[in-house]
Amino acid sequence: MKILHDILIGMAVSLFLAGAAVGVERFPPPDFVETDHVIPSPTSPGPRQDVYEYIDAAVLLAALGLASYLVLWKRSRRAIFALTVFSLLYFGFWRKGCVCSIGAIQNIVFSIFDREYAVPIVVVAFFLLPLIFTLFFGRTFCAAVCPLGAIQDMVLSRPIFVPVWIENGLRLLAYVYLALAVLFAATGSAFIICRYDPFVSIFRLSGSLNILILGGCLLLIGVFIGRPYCRFLCPYGVILRQLSRLSKWRVTITSDECIRCRLCEDSCPFGAIRKPTAQWPTEEYHIAKKRLAFLLLLLPIIVFLGGWAGSSLKGVTSQAHETVRLARQIYLEENGKTEEVTDASTAFRASGQQTEELYQQASNIRTRFELGGWILGGFVGLVIGLKLIGLSVWRQRTDYEADRASCFACGRCFKYCPRELVRLQKIKEVTDKW
Amino acid sequence: MTKDDKTINRRNFLRDGLWGGCLAALGIVAGASARKNRKNDLVWQIDPYKCIACDRCATYCVLEDSAVKCVQLYEICGYCDFCPGYFELGATVLKAGAENELCPTGAIKRTFIEDPYYEYDIDETLCIGCAKCVKGCAAFGNGSLFLQVRHDRCLNCNECSIAVACPTGAFKRVPADEPYLLKKAFST
Repeated sequence: MKILHDILIGMAVSLFLAGAAVGVERFPPPDFVETDHVIPSPTSPGPRQDVYEYIDAAVLLAALGLASYLVLWKRSRRAIFALTVFSLLYFGFWRKGCVCSIGAIQNIVFSIFDREYAVPIVVVAFFLLPLIFTLFFGRTFCAAVCPLGAIQDMVLSRPIFVPVWIENGLRLLAYVYLALAVLFAATGSAFIICRYDPFVSIFRLSGSLNILILGGCLLLIGVFIGRPYCRFLCPYGVILRQLSRLSKWRVTITSDECIRCRLCEDSCPFGAIRKPTAQWPTEEYHIAKKRLAFLLLLLPIIVFLGGWAGSSLKGVTSQAHETVRLARQIYLEENGKTEEVTDASTAFRASGQQTEELYQQASNIRTRFELGGWILGGFVGLVIGLKLIGLSVWRQRTDYEADRASCFACGRCFKYCPRELVRLQKIKEVTDKW
Repeated sequence: MTKDDKTINRRNFLRDGLWGGCLAALGIVAGASARKNRKNDLVWQIDPYKCIACDRCATYCVLEDSAVKCVQLYEICGYCDFCPGYFELGATVLKAGAENELCPTGAIKRTFIEDPYYEYDIDETLCIGCAKCVKGCAAFGNGSLFLQVRHDRCLNCNECSIAVACPTGAFKRVPADEPYLLKKAFST
């Protein structure tokens, strides 16, 4: 039994091989003598062709252009809604929600900090185009192009009002989420925006149970609270917010002039309509001035505290990096603190890499997390400080206005305005003054 | 729609300055990433020399039916009669059948070629990427069976769920024009 003999030799050899499932040549490939059997080659079906990626980018550009036109010039909620449905079907269900502009933040950050990784040009386009459009036209990307916004817009049917302080407080989550996403992408640890993308499982009609539950919960909340992901979590949304403040054109509720009729007051499910303000009461003015001065002095302290908190979390945050996790496991094993051996540590030992080398790598990564924690924690502190300052500044408003930052440009308020109805010739203008 | 009024005052001046600054910053980001951008897309693939044939590929893929399948590289296969990737180690008779086969879904087809050689083919519609055969072939055979991401199925997620779960970092991004990392044939 030559074959059995070979097998025994093979087994003996394999005892020297632990870990990696590589294999060595134990049985030389046969030369077929009796038959003229040809050794086949494995098939290698190719990935989706690049040209489709360019089509995606072109569709994104067209959708952004169309959305901006519909919001700012056509002022038609129905058309905006139709485009939203299209975006949900195309970018969501057809393209399975990947690559999206929100996740592209991480690719850009990763490519800046990683020497090896080069970001594909289409991903750069997905990241930049909505930002540029927002600088010109406001958040029209959120209105009708983003599939994550679209799916939430579809379910919103019983909007309730969220108190301003809750809205402002919860929004901080998005800044923290952005800071963490940048930190993890810059250190090459994880793409958390993609990992916890709540709706991608719905777009793909498959995925992990936890994410499906998360998406389902957000949609359930989204029936009553408009677009919870966009308002309180979306890390791309907070960038768009700030750019939208500076936009060249912007959404206005009325098509010509505000007559302060209050009809639009409750029309916005996202709490983005700001009411006209009265004069600042004189006695409060002095207190407010002092408070503002105090907050301005406090700002550097808040920034420092944020940075300090961010950097002291390095022990926790750096666990997101696989090398740090592996080094910790190896350390525990070496010092007899754990009996359990993981697949990763077994493979590490089989690779023959030095433990000291691994510890050195992990320590370098931890240093990067510490530095990143200072910068990004400081960023979160700055956001908190500026928000407090913003709350202490009295803004004079004579008209009902859509808040430049919070407005998703969905166009729901347009029809509430009687001036808009006059423009559409749904009602006649009263010309005789009495 | 409102175009902001064009009177020059401190507020508008600052706003325009910031606006230009933001546009410039976006330009810098575009430039920085375009400097080393890649025309080709990147796709996920498994380095077969790092893979330890755990069964995570079968369960962590976001697809219900994993995009990772076993690949048979025929040129390094020994065409063994007793294939350690096909048969259970304790198999008493070298015949097809669930009691003898390693593969839980019967995805490997065994065909007689000539004495004593058999050819083993993978039916990808049945393969779940559990790597049981990979383990057997690597431990006792030539290692011609190994896992690969099949790109007709892979969605190419921005963050591959299996890559996150992979204990050895065998998952990596490769250029889309060379999307497979096949094993090298043994040098003679």
